[in-house]
Amino acid sequence: MYSPAAKAVAEKLGLKMGRANLEEFADTLLALAKTDRNILAVTSDSRGSGKLGPFGQALPQQIVEVGIAEQNLVGIAAGLGSCGKNVFAVSPACFLTARSLEQIKNDICYSDHPVTLVGISAGVSYGALGTTHHSLHDFAVLRAINNLTVVAPADNFEAREAVRAAAAATSPVYLRFGKAPLYTLPGAETAPFTLGAARTLRPGRDVAFLATGETVVHALLAAAHLEATAGLACRVVSFPTVKPLDTAAVLAAARECRAVVTAEEHLVAGGFGEAVAGVIAQAGVGTRFRIVGIPDEYTVTGSQADIFRHYGLTMEGLAATASALLARP
Amino acid sequence: MPTDRDLALKSLRYRRSILRWIKHAGAGHTGGSLSCVDILNVLYNRILRVSPATAADPLRDRYIQSKGHSVEALFVVLADRGFFPESDLGTLCGYDSAYVGHPTRHVAGVEQNTGALGHGLPIAVGTALAAKLDGAAFRAFTLLGDGELAEGSNWEGALAGAHYKLDNLTAIIDCNTLQITGRTKDVMNHEPLADKWAAFGWAVRTVDGHDFAALTAALEKPLQPGKPSCVIARTTKGKGVSFMEDVGKWHHGVPNDDEFARANAELDAAIAALTGGAA
Repeated sequence: MYSPAAKAVAEKLGLKMGRANLEEFADTLLALAKTDRNILAVTSDSRGSGKLGPFGQALPQQIVEVGIAEQNLVGIAAGLGSCGKNVFAVSPACFLTARSLEQIKNDICYSDHPVTLVGISAGVSYGALGTTHHSLHDFAVLRAINNLTVVAPADNFEAREAVRAAAAATSPVYLRFGKAPLYTLPGAETAPFTLGAARTLRPGRDVAFLATGETVVHALLAAAHLEATAGLACRVVSFPTVKPLDTAAVLAAARECRAVVTAEEHLVAGGFGEAVAGVIAQAGVGTRFRIVGIPDEYTVTGSQADIFRHYGLTMEGLAATASALLARP
Repeated sequence: MPTDRDLALKSLRYRRSILRWIKHAGAGHTGGSLSCVDILNVLYNRILRVSPATAADPLRDRYIQSKGHSVEALFVVLADRGFFPESDLGTLCGYDSAYVGHPTRHVAGVEQNTGALGHGLPIAVGTALAAKLDGAAFRAFTLLGDGELAEGSNWEGALAGAHYKLDNLTAIIDCNTLQITGRTKDVMNHEPLADKWAAFGWAVRTVDGHDFAALTAALEKPLQPGKPSCVIARTTKGKGVSFMEDVGKWHHGVPNDDEFARANAELDAAIAALTGGAA
């Protein structure tokens, strides 16, 4: 995932390699469920890929299998949720947010059951498996559904806090987790986690990197790289919550920094960057602005790292985008 | 417990109300509401352990109307059961009304927002499963249209209902044999229907969906321990109004003034015949 140069920057920043957010999710959910028998994990032949094997062994009465049937997964989750169960419906994000989109819209969000939808192996976690297994549309379709909080944690800290927040939420939540180990970013001591709130990980007024999910670390590395190589002070803001968007953090960046670069593991169309752009444009703030995401083309395949590199979602790619943006007349 | 004659009288009055509010709104799913209203009558007046007083009781029975478009029948029956005044239906399909053209939980007594087909059964499976997980005695019922059975999600739910041995779950098929395009058997044939549900592991009974005693017998308890129940209710679309019966255009036809008067005359005459004159 990281070039030798990026690893060196991470080391200089003191970032420690953590584990996959998926594993953090599974352990956090298990710990919560051990003290709350109302919590249920509902899976669609996905307990292995969801790292829920230990959950199933420890709490067999609190895991429900529906088979390879994502529509049924979400419908059953709605029924369980309607009876007061605290449901985590777990399925690969690519299937959960496409095949069962109508169930998400109607059975969960419109009917207002506080179910947590957990999209596992999200984005291009299954990068080599092709477009069938990519979820590069989920922000776009879920942003367009009322009564849903959309969350893409950047590291193990955000993942753990997001699971706890979702368990306590009184309205539907979508959580998006990847399967690759992640660096652990500055945590609660730097910025607390609250649903709906952005987290400023690094101050600065040259370029603002506004990023979500597993691209945040690359933005942080890019900021450190630009400081070391060009003397730029770049702000890095993590947006674990894509919807509702922390508009104050967006506007502060647009007003206070010389340029804004957004980053996401998602198609540019309908994604996080376009949401940010909408906030900036409607506030009438003029700024140099660039969205880095997956373009509307046949998506290249390979590892998540390959795809990130291909589309410039790396330290080097984001730093180059920021530099070019600042250099623009 | 109301008698069959009581229910017959209620159904005639329900039909009159369904037509009244559809006419008033200028929109509605007339044929399907008339085909399923006898089923709703039996459910809400004889079977379901739910009332306005117990509407939030975790142990209440749940009814989820998968064929959400027949919302007028549901609203009229809920109003009769005291969930809200029937006069509220004067806003049916109106601006900012809670009484939308499909069920929503903004209306007292409605358990689930439905309207897109193929959703009710999986939700009812989850509901019945919640009861089983808690060792609670409540039952879950869902009403599906026969045309709706072309939605694949129903068959995902059918698998799960049998897999989890949900004998507290009953799926009722309002088998009126017509859908918007024509005969269900011509649009997408689902027969032999009873064999299909039986093959999926359900206990199946086929009844006359306008026969209160037969419906009651099929619904009053699970058909077989350890299996979910499927009650195939053979019905007539547009039932109760001679010129609407089994005629496709009444799927969402709204009666004009003359048709409305003729329909009411028929229903009033039937009420008079039952009551010996009093409408």
